Amino acid sequence: MAEISLQAQPVLRSLYRLQWEEAQQAWVLLYPEGMVRLNGPAAEILRRCNGTTRFSALVEDLERAFSAPGLRDDVSDFLTEATNRGWIEFTE
Amino acid sequence: MAGSNLPSKSSRAGPPLWLLAELTYRCPLHCVYCSNPLDFAKVEDELSTDDWKRVFREARSLGAVQLGFSGGEPMLREDLVDLVAEARNLGFYTNLITSGVGLNEERIKALKSAGLDHIQVSFQDSSKEVNDFLSNTRTFDLKLRVARLVKSHGYPMVLNVVLSRLNIDHIERIIEMAVALDADFLELANTQYYGWAYLNRDHLLPTRAQLERAEQVTNDYRRRLRGRIKLFFVVPDYYAGRPKACMNGWASVFLNIAPDGLALPCQAARMLPGLQFPNVRESSVREIWHDSAAFNAYRGEDWMHEPCRSCPERTKDFGGCRCQAYMLTGAAANADPVCELSPHHGSIAEAVERAQVAQAQVTRPLVFRDRSASVDLIRA
Repeated sequence: MAEISLQAQPVLRSLYRLQWEEAQQAWVLLYPEGMVRLNGPAAEILRRCNGTTRFSALVEDLERAFSAPGLRDDVSDFLTEATNRGWIEFTE
Repeated sequence: MAGSNLPSKSSRAGPPLWLLAELTYRCPLHCVYCSNPLDFAKVEDELSTDDWKRVFREARSLGAVQLGFSGGEPMLREDLVDLVAEARNLGFYTNLITSGVGLNEERIKALKSAGLDHIQVSFQDSSKEVNDFLSNTRTFDLKLRVARLVKSHGYPMVLNVVLSRLNIDHIERIIEMAVALDADFLELANTQYYGWAYLNRDHLLPTRAQLERAEQVTNDYRRRLRGRIKLFFVVPDYYAGRPKACMNGWASVFLNIAPDGLALPCQAARMLPGLQFPNVRESSVREIWHDSAAFNAYRGEDWMHEPCRSCPERTKDFGGCRCQAYMLTGAAANADPVCELSPHHGSIAEAVERAQVAQAQVTRPLVFRDRSASVDLIRA
């Protein structure tokens, strides 16, 4: 898969719903008859996939929020994986 | 079950993540493989709207997150839209599991407004002839219209087709139909032999050759479709050699509420003798899930007999299915006899052997699921 463009605007596909589950103390992705329990970093990235935030801004926001520079490659890898799993797509 | 074991077992049970609300056993279809109990005609006193809403609230507070509206045919409940709205409001992901009968433009809009997340539509086959034969109705054209309606209203759609020797050779056309209808998922669910399917088993069990071909075709399509539509092929356990991890373990994640309020760890467990299943009319979901003897009966491993007790695979398959063990060996705590290590595996091997000829070896006619057949079975 090609590298994710800095301009790309990732968004959760309509099949999925992202939700905080109190009983599990975790963010989960819900879809027809199924659920994926997300780890912390995955949830933080997916929460920012709103279809308007560009990849570059998303990375900057995460780096600022967690005072952790150099996240671009990790975020890119995760978004590639999330695309392969069908969780997200990119708006124009 | 020793009472002293209960507290520690209770504390180990996680939340009932999957709540299946069997709103009614009434159904306009008469499918020969129906998983509803054979004696469903006994059940007449359905839960009220308020009962269901209380069950949803209590289950949600325990951590339930997926809610299936099932049956019978859930569209027959007049309060369905109201129930969906309540469930969605509580934060459930709401799944409607329907034959399609009763789902028209007006109701689909109302369900959308209520927040319904997803619709699963069943087909019995890709051909009108076999679909209508297996359900003993004329519903094929209606189902096509409903599936298009579901997609045109922007729902994710799962198509579910139960496979048996009577339709499994149509697998290419079934997959093509799902693609043409723009389904998001297709469940190719080999028949599980409970309820009416068990009664009709000799008619329904496919040959090994049929099954291998169907798996091959499914895998070919997976490559060709490249994720455009997800294909789930539910392997028939009679041919698997090892049992399925039924329900991911007894009362581990799945809670079924039958139309009369009986709480069960699966749709079939009502048949098991010696267990007093609690009813939501008398107990809270919390008491049922954590404290009832029936829900604790087969949790953990203490109940297991050999060969499960010392088997390294017991943590993976939990000894298979308690209902199948009871139906075929007479004791629910025995190993599921589909396991080749079970001393009772011979009964499965015989059924499989009988199925290997082109013409099914049957001693009685196919029984269609309907009320009068259920009444006859209760009398017998």
